[in-house]
Amino acid sequence: MSSTVAVRCATASPEETQALAATIASHLTPGDLVLLSGDLGAGKTTFVQAVAAALGVNEPVTSPTFALAHHYLGKYELRHIDLYRLADPCEMLDYILEELESAIVLVEWGELLAAEFPEARLDVKLSFAENGPSSDANYRSIELVGTGSRWKSVLVAVETQK
Amino acid sequence: MSHPSLVLGIETSCDETAASVVRDGTEILASVVSSQTHSQHGGVVPEVASRAHLEQLLPVIDETLREAKCRPQNLDAIAATTGPGLVGALLVGASAGKALSLAWDLPFVAVNHLHGHIYAAFLEEPDVAMPLVALLVSGGHTMLVEMRDHGDYKLLGQTRDDAAGEAFDKVARLLGLGYPGGPEIDRLATEGNPEAVRFPRPMLADGYDFSFSGLKTAVANHLKKHPNTSTQDVAASFQAAAVDVLVTKAVRAAQNTSTGSLVLAGGVAANSELRRRFAEAADDIGIAHFLPSRSMCTDNAAMIAAAGWQQLRIQGASPLNTAVDPSWGFAA
Repeated sequence: MSSTVAVRCATASPEETQALAATIASHLTPGDLVLLSGDLGAGKTTFVQAVAAALGVNEPVTSPTFALAHHYLGKYELRHIDLYRLADPCEMLDYILEELESAIVLVEWGELLAAEFPEARLDVKLSFAENGPSSDANYRSIELVGTGSRWKSVLVAVETQK
Repeated sequence: MSHPSLVLGIETSCDETAASVVRDGTEILASVVSSQTHSQHGGVVPEVASRAHLEQLLPVIDETLREAKCRPQNLDAIAATTGPGLVGALLVGASAGKALSLAWDLPFVAVNHLHGHIYAAFLEEPDVAMPLVALLVSGGHTMLVEMRDHGDYKLLGQTRDDAAGEAFDKVARLLGLGYPGGPEIDRLATEGNPEAVRFPRPMLADGYDFSFSGLKTAVANHLKKHPNTSTQDVAASFQAAAVDVLVTKAVRAAQNTSTGSLVLAGGVAANSELRRRFAEAADDIGIAHFLPSRSMCTDNAAMIAAAGWQQLRIQGASPLNTAVDPSWGFAA
């Protein structure tokens, strides 16, 4: 069983969420798998937009819900995938595993395939903060769960930078 | 220059397998659309979609030719969508189009799916005045395009996050409605008060780009705080906000360019409130407008045949080694 490290963060605005995403992006390399989970509107696409920008992607990063997968090239190859529309997300599994050989892969609604994916990955769980000021809809609680030694060191670095 | 009249169109970019025979870019002799049921798959699945296209395409083409009372030797060209879309799905239609054009010795035309949506207008109204501004709104796209002449396009703006149709679908999901959500919201909105909730109009004052992600989040937040708001009121208020932004920007584009007409295109063009407001706004600024019939809003092959017919006249045939391009933009 690989070791798992969890870091909890809270952000007060989309900009703060994007700053956190950029910090994580600075550690990403091809072969890294990042699963994003959270309700509609929690900020999954916002998070990926910041990762892409931090990696030097300068075209617009839009929601892949309809197209299922968007390809970008920045400092590295980047794949932005969304399982939201799929009744059987397993259909995307082979494609994702193949892309992981040469790209950084970020998967929205990735928890739908959690059991099928390699354990060595980063799970980003975004939620509307329950204990933030209830009057402010911009608060998010973000849990980062890394499994495997590589993610352990990344999360330690993220924690010191946050 | 030769003047081909009968074009067979093929469309498989997403989840519709479609073929059509169109005469002179305007007269539909047959148009067959076979949809992969959403209820079964909840959306397009790459593997499943390609397989289903493969199984359905030849029967769909046969049926189209039969309905058009047309034999292969009567055809003058074959036009197939080669992008944008799902790569596996595009490959099925494009490969079939190339193979048939080789077998039947006909010119092949590689058509951009987005151009096709605009040609839905020329199919039904050949005299649409150019330059025109098209508002193309669907599940995967939200764009404002200036078309100065056949084959001459300029992308004015597009969504920076979610497409308009996607926002309709996701808000429908938040409201516990079925998929696809657009028609459900359209229907419920007629029973609700569009001013019940003042949802944000993202980027309203800001150029030609769109953003619908924040509007979706605003609906999610509203439902968390006020779970008892009537579904009809939320649907109507959300739709009012989305339509406001779409129409305001289309009008702005029309006024800032030397536009002869305003054209609505894409699946969301079937939305009744968008049609009503779009027509009203065009009348207000004295610019002719065109609303496609509802069957021409969604993906079909007649629009591909129409676009292909015009493209063949202007640019000639496409090479048989033309590759599919899943992220083909508007530029030629």
